[in-house]
Amino acid sequence: MAGKKKRRSKKWIVNIVLGIICFVWLLPTLGLLISSFRPAADILETGWWKVFPHQEWKTKDTIQLSKDVDLRGPIEVNGQTYTDDQLKSGVMQDGKRLTWENRRAREISVQDQGWVGSSKLTLDNYKNVITGKEYTIKNADGSESKEKGTGLSQAFWNTLTIAVPATVIPVLIASFAAYAFAWLRFPGRKTLFVVIIAMLVIPIQVALIPVLKDYTSLGLNGSYLGIWLAHTAFGLPLVTYFMYNFISQLPKDLFESAFMDGATHFTIFSRLILPLSVPALASIGIFQFLWVWNDYLVSLIFIGNQPEVQVMSMKIADLVGSRGNDWHLLTSAAFISMLMPLAIFFLLQKYFVRGLMGGSVKG
Amino acid sequence: MNTQTKPGFSIKALLIFLGVLIANIAVNGVIFVFFRDSSLNPLLTAVLAVLWGVLGVYLIYYTFTWAVEKFPDRISRRVLPYVFIGPAVLVLGWLLVLPALRTLYLSFFNASSDKFVGLGNYIAIFSDRLLATALRNNLLWVFVGTLACVAFGLLIAILADRSSYERIAKSIIFMPMAISFVAAGVIWKFVYYYQPGDEQIGLLNAIVMALGGEPQAWVSMLQPWNNFFLIIILIWMQTGFAMVIFSAAIKGVPDDILEASRVDGAGEIRIFFRIIIPFISTTILTVTTTIIVFTLKIFDVVMVMTGGQYGTEVVATQFYRQFFMYRNFGYGSTLAIVLLIAVLPVIIINLRQFRKQGGF
Repeated sequence: MAGKKKRRSKKWIVNIVLGIICFVWLLPTLGLLISSFRPAADILETGWWKVFPHQEWKTKDTIQLSKDVDLRGPIEVNGQTYTDDQLKSGVMQDGKRLTWENRRAREISVQDQGWVGSSKLTLDNYKNVITGKEYTIKNADGSESKEKGTGLSQAFWNTLTIAVPATVIPVLIASFAAYAFAWLRFPGRKTLFVVIIAMLVIPIQVALIPVLKDYTSLGLNGSYLGIWLAHTAFGLPLVTYFMYNFISQLPKDLFESAFMDGATHFTIFSRLILPLSVPALASIGIFQFLWVWNDYLVSLIFIGNQPEVQVMSMKIADLVGSRGNDWHLLTSAAFISMLMPLAIFFLLQKYFVRGLMGGSVKG
Repeated sequence: MNTQTKPGFSIKALLIFLGVLIANIAVNGVIFVFFRDSSLNPLLTAVLAVLWGVLGVYLIYYTFTWAVEKFPDRISRRVLPYVFIGPAVLVLGWLLVLPALRTLYLSFFNASSDKFVGLGNYIAIFSDRLLATALRNNLLWVFVGTLACVAFGLLIAILADRSSYERIAKSIIFMPMAISFVAAGVIWKFVYYYQPGDEQIGLLNAIVMALGGEPQAWVSMLQPWNNFFLIIILIWMQTGFAMVIFSAAIKGVPDDILEASRVDGAGEIRIFFRIIIPFISTTILTVTTTIIVFTLKIFDVVMVMTGGQYGTEVVATQFYRQFFMYRNFGYGSTLAIVLLIAVLPVIIINLRQFRKQGGF
């Protein structure tokens, strides 16, 4: 009993420590999200945390020193004397702060502390990054310049065009294979399955050079078909293994009774196994979909620099390279690419976690 | 359908089978060429592709099983399994197994793959300075990254288990796993961002300044310590994975053992090291190998953050560089094979485990 009480009293420590860890974990994403809604000039001027109400010194008044004051010696302001260094870093006087406004012009600003919170939030970044049209942008110094939109919407559709077939095709092919491996007996079954298990963690780099050579001779480079096939092949070992684990666990009498009724393997598979496997199909399907959606390497190799088929991850990586300081573009573009994974994460968490656990063996 | 029950070989069935084979090759070949050369609206292409992916692939299986069933029972039962695994084996063979062997072959040849150099490439990548840096960094990634992921994952799993808001906490820690490394790269590039002047908009530099330090360009200066700032991104993303698995394993530790040791007066820390850790040691091993394999192939983060500059090169980025920029297929292949050799123990462990589970 005493132990239990002690543990309960310790619970608040656990809660606080975990709370701090969670806060640290969230902070980077939060910064990205907030920045993506801030005007371009603001992002570069102040940190994103300044959008929250905070206390800041604001200039209320300025004092003009006369020309004959020696800035190297003690400086008299309102009856008190300060050194140049003190005024550089700011010094308190009667609850107000004195600091150089402009040392050359001998102006001292008298500052008051007050609450500020920048509430200037905008959707412009998203608009600019989604369209491919030209738009004007306000710079930090007030000038305006024209920029070309990033055209992320095109990349969004490209990514979807690649991801959906690159999920459906391997899942279907792998399920057929998994069924055969689990419930049919044939020579070579063991050897072939061992090869598939061995392929589970194989680094895809070992395949890239020869496959690219084949693609070049077949004219598949930069085509949707080529990238679907690549993702299908790279995803197959895992999906087959995952589906095998599920299908081989199904009860045996299920098959026997279906066989008694004269059903063929094809009908058993499509009428019985597929409907029964829906949870497993959903889990591994989500994993494969996100894998393709988030992929960068495979697209980089097989799509190259053909802008009309580029996926989002490539577009963003390009932005980082070419417009590395344009945070209004980078933050909103990155967030758009995160929308799909986050939606799946929050809406289908159960399947998502299960797929990820099963898929964790893939590299 | 199963009318051909008479024993013996059937010419008619064979002809049907060949017909189906040719028709399938022809139809899918046409679709193949259509997709390759089409310049339709991407959305329309996507819809057609999904249709082909589902219906087309399904039809391949359907027609072939139909044709195979025309054979006498004895034969069709033998052929059918190969129809089911056929497409998977063909795709895997063409795009994964054979390429791996071809890469191994290429790794013994020079840059343009026309002169045999034996083990020359392997000697070169261990002596070339850039490549040696890549190998060193990869070791750093694997060692520091994995250790931190496992340690943090374990710590957070334990804390979450004892907290009052376990589900939310786990969601928060797990969330980075859903997003891409490229997006994570942008997120952290912003955290590490440095600009000359007094106002720092990067979180890390702002904190450093608030604590009275000097702002830094974290990912480009301070070599080789900048690697650690990249590894933090991996930790941020992968800890959630370790945590979820550990969390499930910790819940499997029987309550009565924990209660008994508490009654005996063991402190929480002692319980953690003496009871929980030994109990979940297999899980720890699995998670560790998984993260090691993942980390060995790390590519996107480095590519987005530094492009491999400032001494942050790893094997996978160096592979890309040799392959695409220098067109050195010899070095490229050799680096890929080095990665393969590094995961070889894991492949063997997987196979052994599979056999032990009575897979076959």
